[in-house]
Amino acid sequence: MNLQPLFEPKTMAVIGVSLANSRHPANVIYHKNHLRYPVKVFPVNPRGGVLQGERVFTRISEVPEKVDLAVIAVRAEYVPDILSDCAQSGAGAAAVISGGFAETGQQGLQEQLVAIAREVNLPFVGPNCLGIYSPSHMDTFFLPSERMVRPDPGNVALVSQSGGILVDQMIKFAEEGVGLSRAVSIGNKALIRELDFLNYFAQDTETKVIAFYVEGFGKREGRDFVLAASQCPKPVIVLKAGKSAGGSRAVSSHTASLAGDYETFSTILSQYGVVEAKNEFEMVTFCESLSCYQQSIQGNVGIVTGSGGHGALAVDVCSAHGLSVPSLPGQAQREIRENLSSSAQAIASVANPVDLTGSAVDDDFAFAITYLSRRPEIDCIVVLLLPYLPGITSDLGARLSQVYYQEGKPLLAYVPHVEKYRMFIEGFEINRIPVSPSIEGAVLLAEAMRRSKPF
Amino acid sequence: MSAEIKDIISASKELGWVLEPEAKRLCSLAGLTVPRFIWATGVDEAVRFAQEIGYPVVAKIVSPHVLHKSDAGGVVVGIGSDEKLGEAFHRFSEFRGFAGMLVEEMLAGIELIAGAKVDYQFGPVILMGMGGTGVEIYRDITMRMAPIGQEQVESMVSSLKAHQLLEGYRGSAPISMRQLTCAMVAFSDLVMDLEGLIESIDLNPLLCTSDRCVVADARIMLTTEKAPNVPEIPK
Repeated sequence: MNLQPLFEPKTMAVIGVSLANSRHPANVIYHKNHLRYPVKVFPVNPRGGVLQGERVFTRISEVPEKVDLAVIAVRAEYVPDILSDCAQSGAGAAAVISGGFAETGQQGLQEQLVAIAREVNLPFVGPNCLGIYSPSHMDTFFLPSERMVRPDPGNVALVSQSGGILVDQMIKFAEEGVGLSRAVSIGNKALIRELDFLNYFAQDTETKVIAFYVEGFGKREGRDFVLAASQCPKPVIVLKAGKSAGGSRAVSSHTASLAGDYETFSTILSQYGVVEAKNEFEMVTFCESLSCYQQSIQGNVGIVTGSGGHGALAVDVCSAHGLSVPSLPGQAQREIRENLSSSAQAIASVANPVDLTGSAVDDDFAFAITYLSRRPEIDCIVVLLLPYLPGITSDLGARLSQVYYQEGKPLLAYVPHVEKYRMFIEGFEINRIPVSPSIEGAVLLAEAMRRSKPF
Repeated sequence: MSAEIKDIISASKELGWVLEPEAKRLCSLAGLTVPRFIWATGVDEAVRFAQEIGYPVVAKIVSPHVLHKSDAGGVVVGIGSDEKLGEAFHRFSEFRGFAGMLVEEMLAGIELIAGAKVDYQFGPVILMGMGGTGVEIYRDITMRMAPIGQEQVESMVSSLKAHQLLEGYRGSAPISMRQLTCAMVAFSDLVMDLEGLIESIDLNPLLCTSDRCVVADARIMLTTEKAPNVPEIPK
């Protein structure tokens, strides 16, 4: 099936617009696309009429152009007929927003949709979903434009079984400056499922990272998913809900008791280098990191800090996650010290973490990071930047970012996120170096790359 | 899959699990090493076998009503004489559903567990860890999606907390990684073959030394029509 019309339609029909209720989901979808996106939109309602000066078509077959994407937001019992119409009139794809299918016990109604679509190879997303947000193309979310938070366009594709979680993740992306390529709410995933989107996004040139919120896979579907993900050259991230479910079943073997559903899920993801995010915070942090670095590491962290306390806390987080902080040999320590500014030289601690102290200047950070970038025992560097230190300037973020482009070793930064320090943060972000507002987050940026390594 | 394995499974279908002597036979057909054993239905037969392989021996109840043998008092280890063996037989013969007694050689080794389950989302999964009766207390286990090969067995061993115990700890000999690999790979192949038929398997303990890995007990739980293992995920 060709999923392209779901993301980049040129023409779109919104079926179910109301002439009486401007807050009807179909009306919200119609208006936002009509007004804001470069897509030609046709409103459809069996009663016809005129909606704010535009002709309302009674059926999709009346629409004078071939429809790339049909968005269906009518009562569940009408959906099979409408989907048949879409199929017959040659629509390229459909998004079934309507609820009232398997999630309310109407399994049979949902199966009808699948049968109709299979017959003519018509891909549809849903039912019971928000559908698709495709930045600068179109948006089938029935959320008023002024209420939506839109992350910057970027390279992370988000696929979610829950529409609400998807919208929340978009808010977090916007907060953390993570760019989005596509967002899909798959709802009941009657026809197009996680694996289909994984395969599609693996080929999508806009997308470099593919992230999923999953409640559960179908029978043996997890197997196909991890096998495909392990072949995918792009990092794949999964946040699983329902970690404690399923534990109540009676089991009569040790294996069945020990290998619970979630334990199995989690272990197998790691086996295949699928990055498991354990919670929402990890999800957005991992997306941020892997959107900058599509690579995996062993997890040997070099830490450069302007305060001993920050370094010590970072080491604690590393060890909690199984990341190592290898100490540097004596010769390396001497070389670092010799090259520090006179203000920091005598008081710096030059093992790992390299604590440049509150007397550090820009050159000290730049040197220490360059030096660690060249050490073979280190595979990524966490820099803990304290923007209030008197010796450093607000250019430092941009300057340190350049070290990454020269040396090629992933750099991950911590800067407290308050407006006053915006220039430090932007210096990193504009240069595609991930920045976290917490020390733990900065270490998790490194952990993302370690988890993408299969074991 | 050999015809005999199929036969064992289909004969056990009604019960829902495979009696230990049959499970051992099945393991052996799949290329796993099991202790020398006999399924004795009389004392004379048991004694003759014990004398032949030499004491001490282990005796276990065989009954379709006793799935958890240790918990039910249905296992006696370190039996050193004909008399003690006879006593065990007479005691077991009082158990509900008594169908004989399994007598086998008593072996030493580090107790591992090799397990399998057919997961709803991922299909056959292999588990390995520190075994014995304390397996659910220590919970030192790891899993991989089957089938597994040598590389996975090695990474499984190194991800156990107790991996040093297997690699030779404070003067003890390391277990044979070659034998463990052979056993785990043969087990994984068996599990792939049995996917539609089994729910889970415990080989516990899998006794490992520097020269062998032996399946000292095997519990094979079959899928049954009566109780489907997992409901369909809605949506």
